[in-house]
Amino acid sequence: MSQKRILLCAGTGCISSGALKARDALIEELNKRNMANDFLIVGSGCHGFCEQGPIFIVYPEETFYCGVQPEDAAELVEEHLVNGRIVDRLLFKDPISGVRVRNHREIGFYAKQMRKVLGNCGVIDPENIDEYISAKGYEGLKKALLMEKTAIIEEVKSSGLRGRGGAGFSTGMKWDFTYKAKGEKKYIVCNADEGDPGAFMDRSVLEGDPHAVIEGMLIAAYAINADEGYVYVRAEYPLAISRLRIAIKQALEYGFLGENILGSGFSFDLKIKEGAGAFVCGEETALLASIEGERGMPRPRPPFPANSGLWGKPTCLNNVETLANVPLILREGAQAYAAIGTERSKGTKVFALTGKINNTGLAEVPMGMTMREIIFDIGGGVKDNREFKAVQIGGPSGGCLPAEQLDLPVDYDSLAVAGAIMGSGGLVVMDEKTCMVDLARFFLTFTQNESCGKCIPCREGTKRMLEILERITEGKGEEDDLDTLQDLAIAIKDSSLCGLGQTAPNPVLSTLRYFMDEYKEHILEGKCRAGSCTNLITYYVFADNCIGCGVCKKVCPVDAISGERKVLHEIDTALCIKCGACIEKCKFDAIKTR
Amino acid sequence: MSKVSITINGRAVQVDSGTTILEAAKAAGIDIPTFCHDPELTKAGACRICVVEVAGARNLPASCTTPVAEGMVIETESQRVINSRKTVLKLIWANHPQDCLVCEKTGSCRLQDYSYRYDITGSTYKGERKEIEFDDTNPFFFRDLNKCILCGKCIRKCHEVNGAGAIDFTFRGFDTKVTTAFDVPIEESSCVFCGMCVDICPVGALTPKQGLRQGRSFEVDRVLTTCAYCGCGCTFYLKVSNDKIIGVSPNFEGSLDGHMCVKGRFGWDYIDNDNRLKTPMIKKDGEFVEATWDEALTLVANKFKEVGAQYGADALAGLSSARATNEENYLFQKLFRSLGTNNVDHCARL
Amino acid sequence: MAGLATAFGSGAMTNTIGELEDAKMLFVIGSNTTENHPVIGYRVKMAVKKGAKLIVADPRYIELCDYANIFLQLKPGSNIALLNAMAHVIIKEGLEDKEFINSRTEGFKELKEAVEKYTPEYASKITGLPAEDIVRAARIYGEADAASILYTMGVTQHTTGTKNVMAIANLALLTGNMGKSGAGVNPLRGQNNVQGACDMGALPNVFTGYQRVADDEVRCKFAAAWGTELSAKPGLTVTEMFSGAENKDIRAMYVMGENPFISDPDTAHVAHCMNALDFLVVQDLFMTETAKFADVVLPAVSFAEKEGTFVNTERRIQKVNQALSPRGEARPDWKIIQGIAQKAGFDWNYTCAEDIFQEIVSLTPSYAGVSYDRLGKTGIHWPCPTEIHPGTPVLHMGKFTRGLGRFTAVEHADPAEMPDEEYPFMLTTGRILYHYHTGTMTRRSRGLSEIHKEELMELNPADAAALGLKECDLVNVISRRGSVKTKLKVTNRVPEGVVFMTFHFAETAVNLLTNSQVCPTAKIPELKVCAVRLEKA
Repeated sequence: MSQKRILLCAGTGCISSGALKARDALIEELNKRNMANDFLIVGSGCHGFCEQGPIFIVYPEETFYCGVQPEDAAELVEEHLVNGRIVDRLLFKDPISGVRVRNHREIGFYAKQMRKVLGNCGVIDPENIDEYISAKGYEGLKKALLMEKTAIIEEVKSSGLRGRGGAGFSTGMKWDFTYKAKGEKKYIVCNADEGDPGAFMDRSVLEGDPHAVIEGMLIAAYAINADEGYVYVRAEYPLAISRLRIAIKQALEYGFLGENILGSGFSFDLKIKEGAGAFVCGEETALLASIEGERGMPRPRPPFPANSGLWGKPTCLNNVETLANVPLILREGAQAYAAIGTERSKGTKVFALTGKINNTGLAEVPMGMTMREIIFDIGGGVKDNREFKAVQIGGPSGGCLPAEQLDLPVDYDSLAVAGAIMGSGGLVVMDEKTCMVDLARFFLTFTQNESCGKCIPCREGTKRMLEILERITEGKGEEDDLDTLQDLAIAIKDSSLCGLGQTAPNPVLSTLRYFMDEYKEHILEGKCRAGSCTNLITYYVFADNCIGCGVCKKVCPVDAISGERKVLHEIDTALCIKCGACIEKCKFDAIKTR
Repeated sequence: MSKVSITINGRAVQVDSGTTILEAAKAAGIDIPTFCHDPELTKAGACRICVVEVAGARNLPASCTTPVAEGMVIETESQRVINSRKTVLKLIWANHPQDCLVCEKTGSCRLQDYSYRYDITGSTYKGERKEIEFDDTNPFFFRDLNKCILCGKCIRKCHEVNGAGAIDFTFRGFDTKVTTAFDVPIEESSCVFCGMCVDICPVGALTPKQGLRQGRSFEVDRVLTTCAYCGCGCTFYLKVSNDKIIGVSPNFEGSLDGHMCVKGRFGWDYIDNDNRLKTPMIKKDGEFVEATWDEALTLVANKFKEVGAQYGADALAGLSSARATNEENYLFQKLFRSLGTNNVDHCARL
Repeated sequence: MAGLATAFGSGAMTNTIGELEDAKMLFVIGSNTTENHPVIGYRVKMAVKKGAKLIVADPRYIELCDYANIFLQLKPGSNIALLNAMAHVIIKEGLEDKEFINSRTEGFKELKEAVEKYTPEYASKITGLPAEDIVRAARIYGEADAASILYTMGVTQHTTGTKNVMAIANLALLTGNMGKSGAGVNPLRGQNNVQGACDMGALPNVFTGYQRVADDEVRCKFAAAWGTELSAKPGLTVTEMFSGAENKDIRAMYVMGENPFISDPDTAHVAHCMNALDFLVVQDLFMTETAKFADVVLPAVSFAEKEGTFVNTERRIQKVNQALSPRGEARPDWKIIQGIAQKAGFDWNYTCAEDIFQEIVSLTPSYAGVSYDRLGKTGIHWPCPTEIHPGTPVLHMGKFTRGLGRFTAVEHADPAEMPDEEYPFMLTTGRILYHYHTGTMTRRSRGLSEIHKEELMELNPADAAALGLKECDLVNVISRRGSVKTKLKVTNRVPEGVVFMTFHFAETAVNLLTNSQVCPTAKIPELKVCAVRLEKA
């Protein structure tokens, strides 16, 4: 009798919310009842809906349980697995309608997605190559091995696939350059140094479908005549690395990697290089320097890696998601692939939804979907029903788009016009409580800390921009600061060595463009409308709401609040450090800022 | 090699394909400022002072790393370029000690030169400055990393030419500095004190200890000569002030590209060692007594003649010197051979 | 030099320093290049970074070993076994350049027969190297399009020194690595103007440009030019001069800018010889250890206080220019020599160094086209026979100086003094980066003497453990000729059974220990091997 399959998400998100403990409890419960052999419990890659983890799906009915904790195991087994009754309270509850949903396909978060690259994530066991194969895995490779190399490159070109790592360069063109570059020895490198704050697309793909990346690399390697490859993955992704290692081992055993792959005469050796977590190593020349054992610092281009890359040899670098698209293109054909998306942006894109959004998680959508659909239909809108203020897209190199831009179709070119970039797919949603000057300051802090220090505009320039932003958020801004910011931003964009520096001013430029008022308020009126720049606000007790419960008094770390029980409390602004603890604790909304 | 036609500052020129904009400009007699460029080293493209405007390019490419392309139209001093260079200079000044009045590098400092050229009187940017301890622990040079502009030439020289690999960039962002592994004192690192870093530093971050306060570049005479140590035959300039050597600087146009080692670069101060022999000495009763040249030379000549007359010329022997000049070795053997013996040799065998 | 002169007809470095950077293969033997010739060491490392293959043969683990494809840590004094075995492998595997051998060499048959017995296994026993390393090294050298050999005193300062050099020359001839860029046999000269001193005839058997004193025609030319009669009998070498002094054949000696008391082997013997002289003149910058023996000491000037020319190791004639006035009453050597000559009754009237140089040029065919004006910032490589000749960076192109290149069959012989029960260690000597020769200059330089103050004898950790010695311990190093007390450095740079000392420090004068046995041809002493024992002091 065949086993029933229970899938649990074993991505980093769900594991940290307790998926493995819940799994163990479930197994224990099944053992207690002597039912263990009736069920096959499979850990899958990320389902994307991290907000709701740990996630379990019971097959064949595909019941989608979320937030499953160890103590839920007994009920889950008793009710669902023994009695066939759905455990309603563990189903997903639509945040707007309040309705419980049984099948994930009916959840708004999934309904509008188009899961191609993430197709296997959350479905197959990433540690089992057979599952990948039965999901048509390595068919793209088999097809490619029978094709002319130029034909493969042509296929990828005509699919319209563009790099998913940031700049959106045509993948087929990149392959073509490397293919045409002179040299016996060539390399293919997978850039898995995902570093944007809040972005985890690549991690999820590696964790959930590592073979797709390997297959993509194999196809690329075969096409460009590379016999050696590296996956450069940050060491902070231990699960991705371990799954990748397992996948490489299995692929070797199955003859997909190594000597004379599938009898084609093509050989390919794949290595993993763990990065030490420098953001700049996501820049391709710095990444190559790091693989070579040098300090990760960008090198001037030209020469481009396609001509002189790793150890001076022609090297093709593609990002994880880009490579994961490749098997799909080969398998289904460029035409089918190009049918998805817009005129100049083809296929799908995975976004990491974070910030003040209800459905934090990963979502894959066809190119061209509007920002509104992504944020509100898939993302479930802004948390706590607050007002949408802006979305930062493209990480620290990207831009900040205001509500007026919500109907912008998300594709490479529209984003660029709006002052943002696709980047690797980080989407951070901000509400009215986010100060846009402070946000710019946050990103500048990040880029300044992560600047490799090589070129003067980036190293010294972002420091001075950051200092100006710090002064503004502290209420010490001066009027010329805005001009200085603008001038510095342009000079840094104009003259920095690498992409990190050239895009570092983007968060400032885009917030200056869309939120100039906020900057001016800070400088001229000493006011932060979001109430987050602590130097510009004071806390006070809103007398109408205070009942004198004393909770705020207890929680204040500096004893700045005084007042008898049941009497209106007071805040000593000289002592108050504006930590916000009182606001958080007050149930009556009696503490406010101005 | 194929040629490409380009336009620099409105002038049409033809250059070899593959040359950089910087090289092309130089050939056309146009000076582009550089901090981090050195023809011998890997191209870094780090300082961005050499950016130029190329028609059609999105941003301002660094001329030192960008190869020319057919039809390229380049402006090396457009307003946009000048603005960018000024920003770079002001950014440096915002984080550089303003002590040119007493800086040893005054007069040969590129930061000064370019500040003069682009009329930079200081920085408009306020804020934090580096505060790194002044390092005077090694016997040969001072390291004032607060003056370092992180062009990285010292690092590349150390890695690519010397091979010692004693220094590299450490830390990130504003905290980036050039130092040894784990920031140990340089004399505990793999540094071999060739001093090539000192000579290539465009600012006053690295200063030789010898000759301190005895003359800046415009106050010294430079005499090209050849090293008196090993057989490599490095040529260099002796920097002379008041009839004293106060330093050495490499001959970058020489056959060895200005490469140096610790002995040639720093080991010349024996010249004015207190124990130099300054007068001829004649031993009398087992003690050396000062003598005049006339006395000494007469005595030597007479002794040689006496011995020759008494025992034959082959009782004389001369040890010439692999340290003396050709002219001196020539005269030495000429003297002995003229005295009638071929008993002349030197220490080539040791 | 004698070895190369036999093989090629000229004893100088065949190629240039600049070429090394673009070399495809470098074989460094008996040369701690990065310490003794730092600037050449840079080029070697640069070449490796550009992809050149490197083989290092040395008893010590030197810095270049870090860059080497193969490090051959051979026993001191076993060069010939290694080199002959490499020749054996090259011939056996057909890697020799038959065309070159046929057209440009002679004596191949003899060489082939001689190296027949030097199988890698046979050589392995003598050198202590794994046989397969010898084979690999031979293949790398033999297969390279152009391979350059660099060597220094580690090859020559042996009783087999000349034969060692011949064995090197054999390899280069065998593979056609002569007369082309990036190849050649390159002895790196240890002192700024050894090449020049030799070129100038500061040798017992030749005038300038290696014109033999025994050659009547040459001698007549010089006699006419100098207006004096000249002896046809070749003179004595340094080592012969000292023993000559000992038995009173030599009565008076003039030492200019040398410190033989420290630099020559078996110091006790040197002292004995110098004491036996009737009259000794020493000319130097300082009161050196040798000067103390003198009857007259003449103060000379440093390179910065005079004008002239030096010839570097690659035969490049370069200008020395005066930067300072002479200190005190010190005079340039040439003026002092002229002074003696005048007092001796010769009519010499040189007014400046250039006068002398013009005379040199007029008498020396290989310098004939050189003038001070032509030297400029880069100098000129001799031979430069005419005023329009650009100089000769690479020697022996198309034709050897002697016509055909000559193979010479040579056999391994143990060093004159091998370790035994009483003296179980092999002492090998040399220099370090921070000091130069007998330290006359470097030890009077503040920075250099501060960074490296004293002798640190290198001893292998295993030997140190066996003797109960540790880093910085003081030990007495004792040979059959003397004893020296020195501080220890325990390091893997030296193999077990071998210790290394420098000759920079008079207070730990290593030449008290060394053996004055010389190579019978070149008369170079065996400074690289003698037997010593160690005792904790």
